[in-house]
Amino acid sequence: MQAETTYNYKVVRQFAVMTVVWGVVGMLVGVIIAAQLIWPELNFGVPWLSYGRLRPLHTNAVIFAFGGCALFATSYYVVQRTCHARLFSAGLAAFTFWGWQLVILLAAITLPLGITTSKEYAELEWPIDILIAVVWVSYAIVFFGTIFKRKIEHIYVANWFFGAFIITVAILHIVNSAAVPVSFWKSYSVYAGAQDAMVQWWYGHNAVGFFLTAGFLGMMYYFIPKQAERPVYSYRLSVVHFWALIFTYMWAGPHHLHYTALPDWAQSIGMIFSLILLAPSWGGMINGIMTLSGAWHKLRQDPILKFLIVSLSFYGMSTFEGPMMSIKTVNALSHYTDWTIGHVHSGALGWVGLVSMGSIYFLIPKLFGQKEMWSVRLINVHFWVATIGIVLYIAAMWIAGVMQGLMWRAVSADGTLTYSFVESVKATYPFYTVRLLGGLLYLGGMLIMAYNVARTIAGSRSFEATIPAPAHA
Amino acid sequence: MDINTIRTMVTLAAFGAFLGIVWWAYGPSRRERFERDARVVFDDSEPMARTEQNGERQ
Repeated sequence: MQAETTYNYKVVRQFAVMTVVWGVVGMLVGVIIAAQLIWPELNFGVPWLSYGRLRPLHTNAVIFAFGGCALFATSYYVVQRTCHARLFSAGLAAFTFWGWQLVILLAAITLPLGITTSKEYAELEWPIDILIAVVWVSYAIVFFGTIFKRKIEHIYVANWFFGAFIITVAILHIVNSAAVPVSFWKSYSVYAGAQDAMVQWWYGHNAVGFFLTAGFLGMMYYFIPKQAERPVYSYRLSVVHFWALIFTYMWAGPHHLHYTALPDWAQSIGMIFSLILLAPSWGGMINGIMTLSGAWHKLRQDPILKFLIVSLSFYGMSTFEGPMMSIKTVNALSHYTDWTIGHVHSGALGWVGLVSMGSIYFLIPKLFGQKEMWSVRLINVHFWVATIGIVLYIAAMWIAGVMQGLMWRAVSADGTLTYSFVESVKATYPFYTVRLLGGLLYLGGMLIMAYNVARTIAGSRSFEATIPAPAHA
Repeated sequence: MDINTIRTMVTLAAFGAFLGIVWWAYGPSRRERFERDARVVFDDSEPMARTEQNGERQ
């Protein structure tokens, strides 16, 4: 085997660029369906453009295409840089890239055609599920293979989070997607009834906990110290943070099934573990934000740090809100309303989105041999446009959600419901409009990013960094 | 044995393991190694080198 002198940046570059591309696509679909809720005519009578088919396309695109590519890019970059080792197997790494893009393409074709398992965030049918499983196992081999050949004795905490995310998502995906095919594009879950619901939300909530949290915490633990040029606030807290999160998240899923056929005790367990989750979540958030302690001025000058740190404040907000909403009496008000949508988006736009964007802004210049992005000013513009968009979005959904919950439960003196359902829909219109505006701003920010990235890449050539020589004893 | 006894034991064992991790992380004798570990991210600031095709900078 020839001596490896450089890191494998090629696959990181591919994933980093596709993060931006899928970000624009996924958020655009989100804006379209937000508009459809105000003007239902926008489906033009075409079944492929109907809300029910585009909504899973939106969620899959932003979570698995945008978020997934960001996770692949950052984990491949971080594991190499903190292990001082080139990525294990360039061929397998390339397979994960092309395989993942194929999954996304197949999702973009099958979902509008109405081909779906109807399991939320696991809509893709069984042939695609098998492809996902193969790609994911390859991802695990590449990632842990790199850890295995590391030159640095200690495995840095970011890699622990990335590793947990990869293993857990493999288990979740394989267990929840177990199905009996009846034709090439139709299958039925092997689980039935309340069990099926519980398996689905065990999967669903850990998709939030491990896909949308653990992996992105891996980003936090690498990119915030790097960008702030300070080691993380407390490494010991990061160890406890990791294990507390891992021990707790697995059990929170039942809070998606409050007041359903799920046994009461399972609902209560879900609620209790969701409340406990506040501690590791906030421990991690404090650890990230306090990394800037003594260097707060950097936040004023550095727009990339703004992305990373503000993402943590949204993380703190949504991980406070989440446990509150898991309390059964609160859930009785919030469930099935737009409050849930607001909660998800404060996590998705605020935490996952901003931390990914900050990390990609950090990565792009380094992957293309540039000192910094083409325009640092535009990063700042993106930050403010996106932040205002998020605030409009979540404020609108909070108000709409609480209003819906109150209208649905209002009872007149004679014991009948005060409002019909359609009255609550009518009352929601203004908030849908504000939400659309917020979504447009967020998409606009993403377009600014795409332009900035394109200008940074244009004319520059690919770049491979050298692996540092082993330290002398 | 009753399945619930086993469940209780597993839960307690997991909690015990977690307490052990907290003790391990905060033990004073390991303070220095964790401070060193936190700096792993900065150990890679080696001078950048370009590939042949990008020879214009060093």
